[in-house]
Amino acid sequence: MTVAEIDRVNIFMAVRRAERPARRAALSLALPLIVFLVVAFVAPILYLLVTAVGNPETREVLPRTLEALQNWDGASTPDEPVYAALAADLKVAKDNSTAALLGKRLNYEISGMRSRVLATARMVEKLDTGPYKEKFLALNQDWGSPETWAIIKRNGGSLTPYYMLTALDLKQAPNGSVERVQGDQAIFLDVLGRTLFVAGLVTLFTLILGYPVAYVLTIAPKAIAGIMMLMVLLPLWTSLLVRTTAWVVLLQSDGIINDVLMALHLTGERVQLIFTRVGTVIAMTHIQLPFTILPIYSVMRSIPTTQLRAARSLGAPPSSAFWRIYAPQTLPGVVAGCLMTFILSLGYYITPALVGGPRDQMVSNFISTYINRDLNWGLAAGLGVVLLVVTLAIYLLFLRLVGADKIKLG
Amino acid sequence: MNFAQRMSLATDNPVDALVRFEDVKKSYDGINFVVKDLNLDVFRGEFLTMLGPSGSGKTTTLMMLGGFEQPTLGHILLDGKPVERLPPEKRNIGFVFQNYALFPHMTVAENVAFPLRYRGITGAAAKEKVRQALGRVSLDALGDRRPAQLSGGQQQRVALARTLVFEPSLVLMDEPLGALDKQLRERMQIEIKQLQTSLGITMVYVTHDQSEALTMSDRIAVFHDGRIQQLADPKTLYDEPSNRFVASFIGENNTMPCTLLGREGGVAIARMADGTTLKAAGANVSGTGANISVSVRPENISLAGKGVRAGLNRFSGKARDVFFLGDHMRLSVEAFGGQLVTARIPARQARHFALGEDVVLECGISECRLLEA
Repeated sequence: MTVAEIDRVNIFMAVRRAERPARRAALSLALPLIVFLVVAFVAPILYLLVTAVGNPETREVLPRTLEALQNWDGASTPDEPVYAALAADLKVAKDNSTAALLGKRLNYEISGMRSRVLATARMVEKLDTGPYKEKFLALNQDWGSPETWAIIKRNGGSLTPYYMLTALDLKQAPNGSVERVQGDQAIFLDVLGRTLFVAGLVTLFTLILGYPVAYVLTIAPKAIAGIMMLMVLLPLWTSLLVRTTAWVVLLQSDGIINDVLMALHLTGERVQLIFTRVGTVIAMTHIQLPFTILPIYSVMRSIPTTQLRAARSLGAPPSSAFWRIYAPQTLPGVVAGCLMTFILSLGYYITPALVGGPRDQMVSNFISTYINRDLNWGLAAGLGVVLLVVTLAIYLLFLRLVGADKIKLG
Repeated sequence: MNFAQRMSLATDNPVDALVRFEDVKKSYDGINFVVKDLNLDVFRGEFLTMLGPSGSGKTTTLMMLGGFEQPTLGHILLDGKPVERLPPEKRNIGFVFQNYALFPHMTVAENVAFPLRYRGITGAAAKEKVRQALGRVSLDALGDRRPAQLSGGQQQRVALARTLVFEPSLVLMDEPLGALDKQLRERMQIEIKQLQTSLGITMVYVTHDQSEALTMSDRIAVFHDGRIQQLADPKTLYDEPSNRFVASFIGENNTMPCTLLGREGGVAIARMADGTTLKAAGANVSGTGANISVSVRPENISLAGKGVRAGLNRFSGKARDVFFLGDHMRLSVEAFGGQLVTARIPARQARHFALGEDVVLECGISECRLLEA
């Protein structure tokens, strides 16, 4: 290094040293939030990602069996040592009450496995010595099927693609190949499509209804704009559950909306609105309106009124002035508002649960069902990952299409 | 032929008005009138400035002419035809806005080409016109830039080019130089004036900056309280303000309350608050109304010389504030029983004045004007 270069490095170091206290102060101010985010946001998401591929049950409950299966050819019925190992594992499992856990896990892939494992565990508790093979086969002759053993062996690893595949309506055949789930088993792609469709529809409706409102807000006299703004914001300050319940009251068959439709003779009989897709979209649109309106409004407010006047003075008729001068400038707000509503709508749970019918449930409802009722955290996490990936993909797509600098959320 | 020449030729054959306001009134709430009884002709080829403080009605008047506001009562004639009901896009009037109102999502060239598409000019013809317009404001090289990439002065030029490109017969400007710094503003004033003269455009210009108005205008309409206080060329406006508002709004003026004692020939005799008298040039002040004053500009007051000369008022007072400003000195004197009178003393006459020192000042009778409020 020349002297000049050394000087330059020294100065660089000196600058870093001089700036260090300021950097530390800034970091320490942000530290509480960073800690909070890591604990409450990043860690749960990482846990979710791990849960979606985690596969601890077979590995922990059947270590001896898995070892005994190492040399199994995969096609024939295994020999006595495997059954002996399984018996030993199940005895321990019975003592530790982990047999049910294993049964539940294996049941996802082989129906009836839960009761089979529990019954077998009860049986081996009473046996002291082998040979076990005949007794297992006598209890349930499926214990002789190579498929059962193939699936047990496959689940010996610490990771499994099972939940992710299921969340995408795919399954792994016993021979390892991935295939599409048939018939009424295939529900999740349908649910995902439905979620995207409903979210898209809600976004479209909030835009159609919200854009003119945002415009009126920007041109209305202060007093009126204040009242209108209050009406836009009021729903935001009301609990989501309360608003959804209010829609249940309004939409039901003998509710106000049907009363009005009947009174106006618009329909001859009461229309089924509650527990339908229509009702869900209406309620969600109402709830999401402020999220679409506010970013559009904030962008519109920053557009000087002289823009439209200038366009008119240069010869553009009102509609042309609007579409060629005003609308393009509101695009950042439109994109931000629509993105916000679309992404929030993807995660809707309460409203479809209360206002929608069984065919209107969204991905979130299934996640909730798997967590609360089926205790299948793996599949819930798998669906969560799919939802997360779709959301991120849409977000990135928007960024690519309109440019990050074109999205103004505030 | 410039405007002044045309005016002088036009004594017998009146210059035809491009714009005529006929008894125009404007109210937003039906109670207060922002513009009261406006009657004004704008002549062809003229640079007319509407000058006044904010809230005086000048911008509203401009907006009515541009088509963005409707007159509550009265008529606006453009080329002899009433245009009150005509939307802005059908008036073919160029409008330069306060903050330029360039379209941020278009390039400079697209901005300038915007008015052409509504006039059926497209393709190569449009390109050529845009090139010419940008050349006229010396921005040839910047057609591909976005407005945000330009300096304030350059944006101002783009706004000008965009307005001039469709060759409107009338161009309106609403404080177009307000956002520029002083030096740039002064340069743009000259450029705009030169463009207006060389292209022979009629311009109506709104500003609250009196020096800008004096620099650029053929005629100035001074607005106050919804009315035109005086309509005249810059020199007349400065030398012969018709009332106290115009006198104090344009340039600096000492306004000293007085009562009218009588007239001697064409000269009025005014009695000041302390009983001394001043002579003042006529003006058409009638009666002995209480609300009249003598008005005289600081540069017309000087230190009294030796001996009494005819045609001069002489008065004395006590020195209050003295500021030396390089080329001149500002001397404030308390005279006429408590009235502060400011004089602008040329640097070569400047000397030290002690606070409270007796000072004798004089000013020409013809430069003292008797004014009503």
